[in-house]
Amino acid sequence: MRKFLLAPLAFGLTGLLSSHTLPQLQQGGIKASMDRGKTTFDTYCLPCHQADGKGVPGMNPPLVKTKWVLGDKKTLISILLKGLDQEIEIRGETYNNVMPALPSLTDQEIADVLTFVRNSFGNKASAVTVAEVKKQRPK
Amino acid sequence: MKRITEIWIWMIAVIVAAIPATANDSTKISPLRSAAVADITLPSGFSAASLIESGAKNRHIVINANGDVYVKLASLKNGKGILVLRDKSGKGKLELVNSFGDYGGTGLFIKNGYLYASSNTEVFRYKFNAKNEIDPKQVPEKLVTGLVASRQHETKSIALDNDGNIYVNIGAPSNSCQVKDREKGSLGQDPCSLLEKAAGIWQFKADKLNQSYAEGVHYATGTRNIVGLDWNVQSNELFAMQHGRDGLFQMFPEMYDEMQGAEIPAEEMLRVKKGSNFGWPYCYYDPFQSKKILAPEYGGDSKKQGRCEGVDTPAVAFPAHWAPNALLFYTGDAFPEKYKNGAFIAFHGSWNRAPQKQKGYKVVFVPFKDGSPSGDYEIFADGFMGAEEISSPGDAKYRPCGLAQAPDGSLYISDDVKGAIWKITYHGNK
Repeated sequence: MRKFLLAPLAFGLTGLLSSHTLPQLQQGGIKASMDRGKTTFDTYCLPCHQADGKGVPGMNPPLVKTKWVLGDKKTLISILLKGLDQEIEIRGETYNNVMPALPSLTDQEIADVLTFVRNSFGNKASAVTVAEVKKQRPK
Repeated sequence: MKRITEIWIWMIAVIVAAIPATANDSTKISPLRSAAVADITLPSGFSAASLIESGAKNRHIVINANGDVYVKLASLKNGKGILVLRDKSGKGKLELVNSFGDYGGTGLFIKNGYLYASSNTEVFRYKFNAKNEIDPKQVPEKLVTGLVASRQHETKSIALDNDGNIYVNIGAPSNSCQVKDREKGSLGQDPCSLLEKAAGIWQFKADKLNQSYAEGVHYATGTRNIVGLDWNVQSNELFAMQHGRDGLFQMFPEMYDEMQGAEIPAEEMLRVKKGSNFGWPYCYYDPFQSKKILAPEYGGDSKKQGRCEGVDTPAVAFPAHWAPNALLFYTGDAFPEKYKNGAFIAFHGSWNRAPQKQKGYKVVFVPFKDGSPSGDYEIFADGFMGAEEISSPGDAKYRPCGLAQAPDGSLYISDDVKGAIWKITYHGNK
């Protein structure tokens, strides 16, 4: 919750600080990013990861409190851009279905949906920015 | 409230039904025990007893002539992949008496004094000893080896006929044979190279060692994934349950709406003959148009049949995405006459109906006459979800996965959420 309270404050500071001293913030603020992210989630992620982010046992991994979601953002962004085709284990359960790449999503859509996932289903982590996505996109 | 009333009616029915049956009823299911598992609903006259919740990932189950229950596990428990459970105390509770096999998997079958079991790449058999048990130190005979297994649809289900053949399902490691699996916009491979060594049923000899594709018969093709299959002794044919493809709405929203994505394609009961072709990945079965339709990855538009005209169709179509994981032809005499030689199907329950509510966590029955389906399917055992509705499969209390017929004619159901096994008996008038 604290992150969201700080967001408008941080947003207000952007006019005072140059863009390279503060990460590029979400277009329209965190709330707008979360809302857009949910729309993208419902279309592209929900069918496999389910409405509650709990996934499907043995097949599609949960997005709830895992290092894949809450850990290194570069890895997470790359999974959306390139997909993931390997068995992974989370809390003793293995998950096998292939995660398709979603390269057709825009940098903004990826930033929004990852921000949504990292702050939904009981998760709480920093937002993902457009600049961070851009950096991972294959040239 | 309705549910509680149902439970009371049910309990009274069980008590009334049990009175005349007690004298020669070896199972002695008490009304109290039935009430303990009243969350499983059954037709009038049937009752369910919970025999165990082991915590193991139960897949298929079989029961030996002495009543021992063999359970194949998806993943190892204490290093073992096959559990042997027995009602040692005679009180209707299963206990672990033996375990063996260092591989996970799904398939199990008992035939002619052997237990047949599969990993995801091989098939083994174990000989029952003079005590009708499997020596846990026995080195099994490896019948089949080198089968394709990726991480999707990797399990190998097995069934034997009466002529010394074993049938092995080899699922396609893919949803619809796209160049990039499940990636929106990726076209279907044409021809689909996966059909050479997967997406079909292979026949092997039940007593020959180290067979692989070269020694087997490519018995049927065009099946995306099958988990439940059984030999029908009346028609002397193999029947199999196909899991239909996913993602019509998600990948082709311009052709299918959310509801169509949840209701198409059908899950299919297939009558499998030598040379059958059920059309995957080029075709799927639309239960509303009652025909095989050309898949959108191969130029389909949700209506045209194209190359799917003449492709083998299902014997019975079931609602989409219910995930049929076990098929059992009931040959016992303990149930009313209409069940004799009919098919029980355990549905594991859906996930690809999302964002619609999930469905199909149940066991259904299809009546058969002279080796062919003779009526619509009906719900037999239900209530496994543990709630009226769930939106995510992880919320299901139980998921039916295996079926077996006991020597006394009762029906056993396995679950892979809690490792539960139930025994279904009939106490009504036949």
